[in-house]
This record gives sequence, structure tokens and C-alpha cells, in this order.
Amino acid sequence: MSIDYLDGNALAGPLGELFAVDLTVAVGTCAGCGNSGPVAGLRVYGPAPGLVGRCAGCEEVMVRLVRTPDAVWLDLRGTLSLRIPMPDDQQGG
Amino acid sequence: MRRLPWRVAELVEVRHETTTARTLVFEVPGWPGHLAGQHVDVRLTAPDGYSTQRSYSVAAPEQGERVELTVELVRDGEVSPYLTEILEIGDQVEIRGPVGGWFVWRPERVAPVLLVAGGSGMVPLMAMIRARREAGSSAPFRLIYSVREPDQRFYLDELASPDPGLDVAYIFTRKTPDGWARPPGRIMPPDLAGASTDIDSFVCGPTGFVEAAADQLIALGHAAERIRTERFGPTGG
Repeated sequence: MSIDYLDGNALAGPLGELFAVDLTVAVGTCAGCGNSGPVAGLRVYGPAPGLVGRCAGCEEVMVRLVRTPDAVWLDLRGTLSLRIPMPDDQQGG
Repeated sequence: MRRLPWRVAELVEVRHETTTARTLVFEVPGWPGHLAGQHVDVRLTAPDGYSTQRSYSVAAPEQGERVELTVELVRDGEVSPYLTEILEIGDQVEIRGPVGGWFVWRPERVAPVLLVAGGSGMVPLMAMIRARREAGSSAPFRLIYSVREPDQRFYLDELASPDPGLDVAYIFTRKTPDGWARPPGRIMPPDLAGASTDIDSFVCGPTGFVEAAADQLIALGHAAERIRTERFGPTGG
């Protein structure tokens, strides 16, 4: 068994550079097998040349994130949907 | 304004935990606060402009602009040797965060908690234990802390007289103290068995340890959605 991976908690910093909400608590659905679970639970490989987040169920790539000196590439083609918790007190503001 | 800015952090206090690990307390002006279990990124920049960063869990709950990390030396690492052996009081690094809202314990949560630590995976769990104490929470806590040898335990004095409602158990994988009943060995289901599975579990450590412990909890009847995990993997240190 390969254990040379981290988990989606390691995406918190890189994604935090981009998004106003913490996407590691979002529930992602895998486009490969349909499994869903928190982004924090993905198997994450990296960090060079970028971070690759795989479904813990089927190992399909759900997230690719590459930081270049002047941009961030975010590839989510393996993610069917993201359900982002949005408590009442954050609505309508 | 960047969403997650790098902030200058000045080292103000050092505590030695083991021969290879120390706790570093930084003063970080503008620090927005954090939850127990969250982590930060630490960035070092050399005089020639080369910079590199690593993630570390915060070891203590929010305390103004103080951010406390416990760092274990990773031989041949790029960042940890500097943090554990060279950095002195008054020196500066850059810190950004906090990040990660999933592997966190909130003091308003009253459910019983099982903490399972492998090696330096103890750090974010210690933040939870300290947050519980600070909040005066009565949520029952049980800590199972696996280390190779007795002298590799962090926070030994603090855990020697645990708070009321906190139960502490050690697992030694290579060498035990004299007269220790459990032979040295990796974590096994009997180590994790307990009266109730109606608890929140937090498991943190190297990837192999986390996989083993989480699988054992599920086999013991714990619901997967109540087990939160954080894996270190073979960090570049």
C-alpha cells in the first residue's frame, strides 16, 4: 500500500489564498465513482510540481492545484460538485 | 489586500520538549486568532531570496497575538533543522494562517472525545486539550498517544497531571518504560476499545499510523463521519 500522501487538510493554505470560505470543510462528489466526502479527506500528493487531490474511494484525481510565480492553476474536472456549508449567520449579511 | 497574508512573526519564547523537538512561541502582530486543531504555514527566506515553507499545527488555543508551534526535527529537512536548532529569541520568520477548518475541536461541543496521536501528531491534539481546559469544558476527553520510546513524548509534565475528565494512555512502539505491562508494538484494536462508540474522534500522525488507527476505529463500530483525521505523510521537514 502506498502511504506517500497527505490529506486534504494540506490544501487549506493554498485554497485559502484563493477563496473566502474554507473549502476543506466542503463536501466534494467524485466525478469518477460518485463518492462524496469532505475535501479534507482527499488523498493529497505533492507538493511539487503541484498538489493533486485524489478520491479516497477510487483514487480518481478530483483536484489539481499548481502555483506558478504569477498565477494559480486550479483543475476541478474530477469533482462533480462541491457542497459548501453556509450557516445562517453568513447569509444576507 | 491578500486574503491570506504573510505576517512577520518574532520568536519570543522557547521550551524544549524532547532532545529533537521544541516549542516555539511567536508574537504575530495582526494575528486574527485560531481554533484548536488548525495549522499555519511558516516561510523562511534566505538572504539570497530563496524561500521555502512548511505547515505546522498550532499547539495552543488562541491567546492574543501569540502563536505556539511544536516542531520536531526532521533530519535532512529544509525547515525543521532551522526551527529546532538555529532560530533564537528575537529572530523573525513569516507565518500565514490559520488554515484548515475541518480538523478542529470547538469548546461549545459537549460530546465525548477520543484523541489518537502518533508521534508529533500530538501537537494539534494538545491544542484541543488546552482549549478544553481554558474553556472549563466538561466534555470527557480520552487521549491515546503512541510514540517510539518514552523520552519522545511531548508535554510530559503537563500530561502527567491531567485535567479532570481527561484520561491519558501511552503506547510505546519500540521501547517501554521498565515494568510497563503492554509490550512494545504498533497500535492495535484493544488499545482503542472503550465503553462507547458514541464519540468524536480526532486522529493525527504519520499517514500509515492514521490509516491503521482509523480503520481499527471503524472496525470497532465507530461511524466514519465522526472520525476526523490529519495525516503528515513523509514531510520534507
